Amino acid sequence: MTENVERHRYDVVVIGAGGAGLRAAIEARLAGKRTAIISKSLFGKAHTVMAEGGAAAAMGNVNPNDNWMVHFRDTMRGGKFLNNFRMAELHAKEAPARVWELETYGALFDRTKDGKISQRNFGGHEYPRLAHVGDRTGLELIRTLQQKVVSLQQEDKAEYGDYEARIRVFAETTITELLLTDGKIAGAVGYTRESGKLLLFEAPAIVLATGGVGKSYKVTSNSWEYTGDGHALALRAGATLINMEFLQFHPTGMVWPPSVRGILVTESVRGDGGVLRNTDGKRFMFDYVPDVFRHQYAETEAEADRWYTDQANNRRPPELLPRDEVARAINAEVKAGRGTPAGGVYLDVSSRLPADVILKKLPSMYHQFKELADVDITKQPMEVGPTCHYVMGGVEVDADTAATSVPGLFAAGEVSGGMHGSNRLGGNSLSDLLVFGKRAGEYAAKYTDALGEARPEVRKSDVDAAIETTLAPLTRAQAGVGENPYDVWHDLQSVMQDLVGIIRRKHELEEAIKTLAELRPRVASVQAGGTSRRFNPGWHLALDLRNMLVVSECTAKAALEREESRGGHTREDFPAMDPKWRQINLVCSLEGGEVKLTRKPVPTMRRDLLELFDKSELKKYMTPEELADLSTKE
Amino acid sequence: MALHHFRIWRGDGDGGALADFDVEVNEGEVVLDVIHRLQATQAPDLAVRWNCKAGKCGSCSMEINGKPRLGCMTRMSTFDPAETITITPLRTFPVIRDLVTDVSYNYQKARELPAFAPPPGLAPGEYRMKQVDVDRSQEFRKCIECYLCQNTCHVVRDHEENKPAFAGPRFFIRAAELDMHPLDARTDRKEFAKEEQGLGYCNITKCCTEVCPEHIHITDNAIIPMKERVVDNRYDPLVWLGRKIFRRDQLAAASVPGPGAAPTLDQDGRMPVREATFDKAGAASPFGEDVKFPLPTDEIDYQPHQPIDPGSEKH
Repeated sequence: MTENVERHRYDVVVIGAGGAGLRAAIEARLAGKRTAIISKSLFGKAHTVMAEGGAAAAMGNVNPNDNWMVHFRDTMRGGKFLNNFRMAELHAKEAPARVWELETYGALFDRTKDGKISQRNFGGHEYPRLAHVGDRTGLELIRTLQQKVVSLQQEDKAEYGDYEARIRVFAETTITELLLTDGKIAGAVGYTRESGKLLLFEAPAIVLATGGVGKSYKVTSNSWEYTGDGHALALRAGATLINMEFLQFHPTGMVWPPSVRGILVTESVRGDGGVLRNTDGKRFMFDYVPDVFRHQYAETEAEADRWYTDQANNRRPPELLPRDEVARAINAEVKAGRGTPAGGVYLDVSSRLPADVILKKLPSMYHQFKELADVDITKQPMEVGPTCHYVMGGVEVDADTAATSVPGLFAAGEVSGGMHGSNRLGGNSLSDLLVFGKRAGEYAAKYTDALGEARPEVRKSDVDAAIETTLAPLTRAQAGVGENPYDVWHDLQSVMQDLVGIIRRKHELEEAIKTLAELRPRVASVQAGGTSRRFNPGWHLALDLRNMLVVSECTAKAALEREESRGGHTREDFPAMDPKWRQINLVCSLEGGEVKLTRKPVPTMRRDLLELFDKSELKKYMTPEELADLSTKE
Repeated sequence: MALHHFRIWRGDGDGGALADFDVEVNEGEVVLDVIHRLQATQAPDLAVRWNCKAGKCGSCSMEINGKPRLGCMTRMSTFDPAETITITPLRTFPVIRDLVTDVSYNYQKARELPAFAPPPGLAPGEYRMKQVDVDRSQEFRKCIECYLCQNTCHVVRDHEENKPAFAGPRFFIRAAELDMHPLDARTDRKEFAKEEQGLGYCNITKCCTEVCPEHIHITDNAIIPMKERVVDNRYDPLVWLGRKIFRRDQLAAASVPGPGAAPTLDQDGRMPVREATFDKAGAASPFGEDVKFPLPTDEIDYQPHQPIDPGSEKH
């Protein structure tokens, strides 16, 4: 191959520059490793900026009764007990320290009266728990981590005379293939958007922190970067994915105007008093409280309204039920003909709070609706409906080390699986990416230490093959063969939106799997839609497409296999949660280019953690055999 | 649905031209939607940056009918269907391709500004700050780094020669944010802004504030207070003594040359009052005093230019 490739050597390469990636990179650099950050966009633009509500951490600043055990319990309940318990435990224990650490990097959270970090209520959290900055917490997080990376670069500049001596950001760079030698990570190949130049990274440890998969759906809150790159890279490298059937559809995305369909309206609109009404004007959530939650939620509007000012003596409003319940309720109302013409329901805060309070509490929301839709949320209701928001499933990792089954490959943040089980609580993703981002960076550094001098060498034939794959869409464009990538993408989105959406059915999933298989040859022969290598979005999409396809196949296959409804997976033909299925994780791997699905038992929770729950509550999740087993051990 | 006429600049650093497109526009769409439709139907390789499409990430900065704006925040309903919409890249930064420019200048300036200095003696979790004391810095932390302010600022727009010495409005608010941070341990933020960031170049034409999509009061709340403090400090005897005791390189780590052509203080040792109070005290807006947007279609054009220092850092 005559192709010119720019070579780089690092100890740790972090793919992804959102919260998890930056936190991992900071940790690896603090451990003294030469670290590269691969950012698909410009530095500081990652999808983390979109997180609004906050970072969940049981600091107990607002309610001193809060602690890690309560947080752990809430997380397991939210995930319907399918979570990797060890991840949920580490997350609940370490989140406060990770949030406090951000203050030492310069973060400025909203404050309590006594000057501590303020914490707000959020769906599924028993106490006010989310550290926040108005409704732009994600921006604060990414900027803080970005500025911490810069401060480390300044230290290196002072010490070595070079900002990039030990930590460098490769902006607008995409990794297309991971390279393995003798089954271990040896490096990665990618390209940079600015020039189309190809890059080879030689590194023994790689952290995947690429976020989610939402761009496979038509209606999504996710940005263009969310094409399942890390999921697909992991599969192709021989790692496994779990829980891919669980996708979170955020209950309240904007449905009007159409151009911003999918963009989400933070849950804090409901936490601060916003209510959901159908077109009859009815506050319908009272009709959708499932039995498992019955005793925790208000039964009358009067009680629900008292809760905002007196939480000790009243139960929560049903608008604050976990996200999947709210999403399903809205879906049911729309299907019953009580939705708006655009296919949503009304979320109203204007009749509930004075305009100045809305402006203070929800400034970005106000701003967003005013500018994008010319809707004044202090004067009129919003029009909202479910939007594809978050994938619970992801790369199967070891809880403590964030290591995948491939030596040298780690994963953290949305791209990893297990932490959130079948459904994620709002606020748990920002804390997740801090806790496991740090762990991934720490253990990637330790892994390189353990390797010592015995670093796997990149094989030239692998590099050549990766380059050929990367350039193939351009080669086809030059030859004038292959389809327009946008057409294939839109077809893929239609399949996922229509057949693997929020409510799933057997025959639709079977049709989806068949249609996705038919898309495979089209994706494999797609062209760039232009021959230029310099910032050519058609080329970028053509490469992202194969990632979207393989990840979509995992989701469709796992959704067909799991014959129950749980969290972010709802089967119309199996509407109930089945305790037998709680014991099973569905694991995806790639064999000969085909997605293979296997069943694997969910790890059994430690006894001390089980004892945090009432026996009566465990009954909702566990099989009679498991419960009997529990009793005998008592 | 209506057909709109668009002119979009296409090309790279070697040159280019405005290309004409007729494209369908649906109710409720924004300019970025239209660009996406063009990519999907007429120009698959049309280069544009974007991420969140919700005005939160600051990626899709461009000049629409001559005015620096975010593509995702510009509603099509604000245009007349008969109107030609002209889109050009940000003029202050070198073009890479089509609507994408090389904004590395900003990342370089970000690196030259000393980071938050944690207060000694306070462990994580021990930070205590009043909301009223963090409000001011929080306003500046709303910044989404779209760099529209940097692009608009006439100190560097069409003045490549000022770039080495001038950090620009985005980094003046960063300096102000740290200056006003209740627990930042550094005390030389204002000095640094004056000596190393080229704060003095700014003559408060408020163009930056005008284009800020986050409506941050860049001039009133950051630049003017920083300028006033610089004046105060220069003549504060203790600070004066500090300046005598410490070398300049101890006051600030970065090695950028100081602003040569910065406005000087008057004979009384004060900044001219009119500069701090007048709405448009200094030079005219980069667009000219009496320019009204949108600019007439035939007056908008774009010429790529090369940076003065082609070896400047890129990532």
